[in-house]
Amino acid sequence: MACSVSELEQSIYRVKKSILQTAYECQKSAHIGGALSMADILTVLYKGYLRFDRDNTRWEDRDRFILSKGHCVLAYYAVLRECGILSDDMLAQFQKNGSSLGAHPTMNLEYGIESSNGSLGQGVSMAVGIAKAGKIKNEAYRVYTLIGNGECNEGSVWEAAMLADQWTLDHLTIILDNNGMQSDGASEEIISASGMAQKWAAFGFDVREIDGHNVPEICRAFEEKTQGKPKIVIANTVKGHGISFMENNNEWHHNRLTKKTYEQACMELEESQRGL
Amino acid sequence: MDFNVKQAKQWSRLGPRAVYGMAMLELMQKNERVYALSADLGVSSGLQRVMKAYPQRYLNTGIAEQNLIGVSAGLAKEGFVPFASSFAPFITLRCADQVRMNMGYMHLNMKTVALGSGVSMSSLGNSHYGNEDLAFMRSIPGMTILSPADCGQLTQAVYAATEWDGPVYIRLTGEPNMPIVYEESGVYEIGRANVLRKGKDVTLIATGSMVALALEAADTLKTKGIEAGVIDMHTLKPLDTGCLDDVCGLSKLLVTIEEHGKIGGLGSAVAEYVAQMDQRAPLLMFGIPDRYMKAGDYSYMLEQSGLTVEHIVSVVCDKLT
Repeated sequence: MACSVSELEQSIYRVKKSILQTAYECQKSAHIGGALSMADILTVLYKGYLRFDRDNTRWEDRDRFILSKGHCVLAYYAVLRECGILSDDMLAQFQKNGSSLGAHPTMNLEYGIESSNGSLGQGVSMAVGIAKAGKIKNEAYRVYTLIGNGECNEGSVWEAAMLADQWTLDHLTIILDNNGMQSDGASEEIISASGMAQKWAAFGFDVREIDGHNVPEICRAFEEKTQGKPKIVIANTVKGHGISFMENNNEWHHNRLTKKTYEQACMELEESQRGL
Repeated sequence: MDFNVKQAKQWSRLGPRAVYGMAMLELMQKNERVYALSADLGVSSGLQRVMKAYPQRYLNTGIAEQNLIGVSAGLAKEGFVPFASSFAPFITLRCADQVRMNMGYMHLNMKTVALGSGVSMSSLGNSHYGNEDLAFMRSIPGMTILSPADCGQLTQAVYAATEWDGPVYIRLTGEPNMPIVYEESGVYEIGRANVLRKGKDVTLIATGSMVALALEAADTLKTKGIEAGVIDMHTLKPLDTGCLDDVCGLSKLLVTIEEHGKIGGLGSAVAEYVAQMDQRAPLLMFGIPDRYMKAGDYSYMLEQSGLTVEHIVSVVCDKLT
């Protein structure tokens, strides 16, 4: 691994700070809760495991990452900034009129963004196609896609899962940001997100269930090799993680930060940083 | 793909699906980037020989059209040229949002093929008909839509789609023993309509299976002293508006004929364009009625839809006199 746990935790702090700052400065509502639940896993993936060249984002041998839960793009932009692919100036354009950095990702290989997403349930299919192409071409790249537990309501996720098993795509890793909530509220009251491990195991996946905010656990989940099976890392997370008034509060699924709430959030983040 | 009269006759007997499979077999021999995909309808796509010759290059996603489009998109992103085929409603409407995101928004270099569009699925009924596919596919920005008039032109469409950089939808209409429009391969250019006949009284603009019918109608109109031009609008999008500019000033009447619902297909495309002209001939549109009909044989369904030479000639004559 390229970074120590401590370095990864520092990166996560900067990513979360960037999420808050970008959301605040755009002066519009943004999907903050889900961005904060997936920030740890995505940061660890990019800083620790994903192979890419920040100066040549089209590098053919790069690992491919698809953000299937596209609405949480704030975390994606923040991670790309942390990796030196996007700049502060670029992030300042978030949700501005005519910007390339919209509220959902738009395919832009120059920016390291592999695909356009926002319509849930489609990233796994594309990842399966890319993984199959890698097998056909006998290329060594790995394919990662990040989905949400709400997104697993979409039937197309399971269509793709069945095929990943059938084609034994053992270089495919799905990361499930399992924060237990979705747009209308708690998944338990809509389509339960419990029992995800059994469901994915039944679909032929090698399942790793972890605390999605525990860096060593995330690292182990990415490091462990699978043989002959696609892998899923079920990261149990907290929506709005790290900010007391956002945690498990679905008002922050899509909301706007005021000066007061922004400053409060930053203060809490800094306090937790001092504790590291 | 060049062809002669002997092949044109042979392919017409085989019908569009078998000829699609044959064209794919030949194409895949020549171009190793081409892959055939289906959602468990490889045999129905005429791909048996492809499945045997290239088992690694025929990918069956199972009965899952949304995933079929997403997986094809992944292959396209990695430099392959995927051709995904299924029955018309399943390859367009069942996976509409995947089509919109991958073929539209991301403009990926992938091709989809509708088998048995229009009412050619005959007794299988409305669940399998393609009466709405064009309305949806035409609305996707950047889409290219091909609708071959016969089996010879179908082979040209498959080859042209491979060379075309971007998403292409090929819509197959007709059945085995369908009429021949082109006895040998001539000029075929995406976006350039073929003017088959010129006529000062009326211009019949047709697509797919209806081109042969338009030629027959033109023959009948001639016996009644009416000179009818015939245009094969084999590309629905981008529409050859230059060709429409040429004919609109020449004819007293424009007629569109298509095996698709009257909303959103060829008639709509022509109407959308000519409606903006200052001087234009009136437009008559023939297509499948805007309702779900009781199913029957192919010829019965065409009859029920008024897509017969007799009906079209009669309406055109009434309009002109």
